[in-house]
Amino acid sequence: MALKTIPPSRGPAKTSGRDRAERKLAFRMTAPSLVIMALVAAVPIGYAIWLSLNQYSVRTAGLSRFVGLENYINALASREWWAAFGQTFLFAGLSVSLELVLGTAMALLLNLAFKGRAVLRTVVLLPYAIITVVSAITWQTMFQPNMGLVTNVLSALGLPGGDVVWLGEHGYAMAVIVMADVWKTTPFAALIILAGLQVISAETYEAAELDGASKWQTFVNITLPLLRPAIVLAAIFRTMDALRVFDLPFVLTRGANGTESMSMLAYTQLRENRLVGEGSALSILTFLTVMVVSVIYVRFAGGNIRDVAKEEQ
Amino acid sequence: MSTLTAERPTPELATRAKAPKRRRLRGEAKLHPMVWVFVVAVMGFSLIPFYWLVNTSLKKGASLSQGELFPSQPTLENYLVVFQNPEFLLALRNSVIIAVVTTTVALVFASFAAYALARLKMRRKAMILTLILSVTTFPAIAIAAPMFSIWREIGLYDTLLGLIIPKLTFALPLAIYTLTSFFKEIPRELEESAYMDGATPFTAFRKVILPLAVPGLATTAILVFISVWNEFLLAVTLTTSPEARPVPVAIAFFSGTSEFDQPLGTISAASVIITVPLVILVLLCQKRIVSGMTAGAVKG
Repeated sequence: MALKTIPPSRGPAKTSGRDRAERKLAFRMTAPSLVIMALVAAVPIGYAIWLSLNQYSVRTAGLSRFVGLENYINALASREWWAAFGQTFLFAGLSVSLELVLGTAMALLLNLAFKGRAVLRTVVLLPYAIITVVSAITWQTMFQPNMGLVTNVLSALGLPGGDVVWLGEHGYAMAVIVMADVWKTTPFAALIILAGLQVISAETYEAAELDGASKWQTFVNITLPLLRPAIVLAAIFRTMDALRVFDLPFVLTRGANGTESMSMLAYTQLRENRLVGEGSALSILTFLTVMVVSVIYVRFAGGNIRDVAKEEQ
Repeated sequence: MSTLTAERPTPELATRAKAPKRRRLRGEAKLHPMVWVFVVAVMGFSLIPFYWLVNTSLKKGASLSQGELFPSQPTLENYLVVFQNPEFLLALRNSVIIAVVTTTVALVFASFAAYALARLKMRRKAMILTLILSVTTFPAIAIAAPMFSIWREIGLYDTLLGLIIPKLTFALPLAIYTLTSFFKEIPRELEESAYMDGATPFTAFRKVILPLAVPGLATTAILVFISVWNEFLLAVTLTTSPEARPVPVAIAFFSGTSEFDQPLGTISAASVIITVPLVILVLLCQKRIVSGMTAGAVKG
């Protein structure tokens, strides 16, 4: 990693006794957390790699044979994996872009001075505290045929969609899943972006105003570029979260109608079909997919993330 | 650091407190009427789904299948069904135990680690922070799948302890990351004077930093608690019986009193019941939650 090149310390070149004592204490204070995380994150993932290289008998417990990369080859050759892969990215693309656009709008609104801003801030935060399973159920009640608010309003207005069983068809079911996610997590994006908005100095805007820039010009040429770090940060957090989506399709469709995500497919193979080797291979593939996306993000979009990491030194 | 943390006692607080008032007077005159349209739209988007959930929970039988804006015969029967369901009560108990224990353990270990990362000289600090942060992006399935096999072999499958341990994996980095940025905001001068009095770094941590960091610790506790309470994948993979199932899993598997009953009324009631405490938490601690969520996100 490039981080190794960082100079050892900003203090004087020779390490004094107090420095050494401090380093020792720092090591002792971080060690317990690092050990716990290694034990409950690294060890299981290592074990999952081993499991994924074997095939396990469904009938006789403990009976297994080493099959090498067969589980991976089978998974990568299967339609199910690529369908789940495609659906997960479709979900992540749709929900994250909606969340960033709505989040930016919400942040701009919350940054304005108006009566009742404090109330709006609290209201906006409410969906964020709701557990994902409940968010799924809430949107199920909204879209339920006959009894849902959305379906009834659509029928009353004579618009298409009123008589659709939303969770029963692929495109419609995906729309409900995306809605449930956007509802719950836009506040998160909005607050990160709002924090970015609040550090833009008033002088910058005053200068633009003096130059006769219109509101839209100011937004495009000043606000957006300065907000970029905050938006990228929100995008990274939201994308990583969206790519491991599980609760929403689990509650809303149980993965039916082509809404199965990568995590769900691995879960189904493991828990429902008792295919330990195949399920482990799928969970490692999910893990690798998420890691590759995060590396791409940090490389190409998140120059500022690396700066932050350097600054932490 | 973050400008959203103004409620913490900082020297600038006095000057900052006046600023919003002046800005409000200046800004309010120029507000476009569209702003109010947006305000109403955002309010509606945030609140209407809640209303519909409550609305659904108050309906029973035939009125459930009609989309009445106000229930014509509101009933609390769904709530009674939920509270008489022993599995739901067990799930509530399990969730409370899991969330409280995980949050407490995570906070203890994380406060040590965060202090070292925020204040002490340390080798490879940036690498350790990056590593900790990257753990939060791990898909839980990659841990749940092998844990399922390991726990079944050593007998921790379908137990509360078997859920608390893997949940720590995600609670710890969240707590460390949030606490580190809170610790950094505490003025260094306070520790320096402790050092002058001959205190060791650990004494400074215990006697100076920890007491000052109580608001930060509380904020972190709230965030970790919400995230542990919300977690679903580990919970559904590593449990199978009502004795160990936490609330989210119980609700996901909730069915009506009979097979032919439309269970959405009962499920909605159960959802409302577990949502109320969280809503109260947000109403009471809105500022804290915001400052914790954005801690370290933006450098001011």
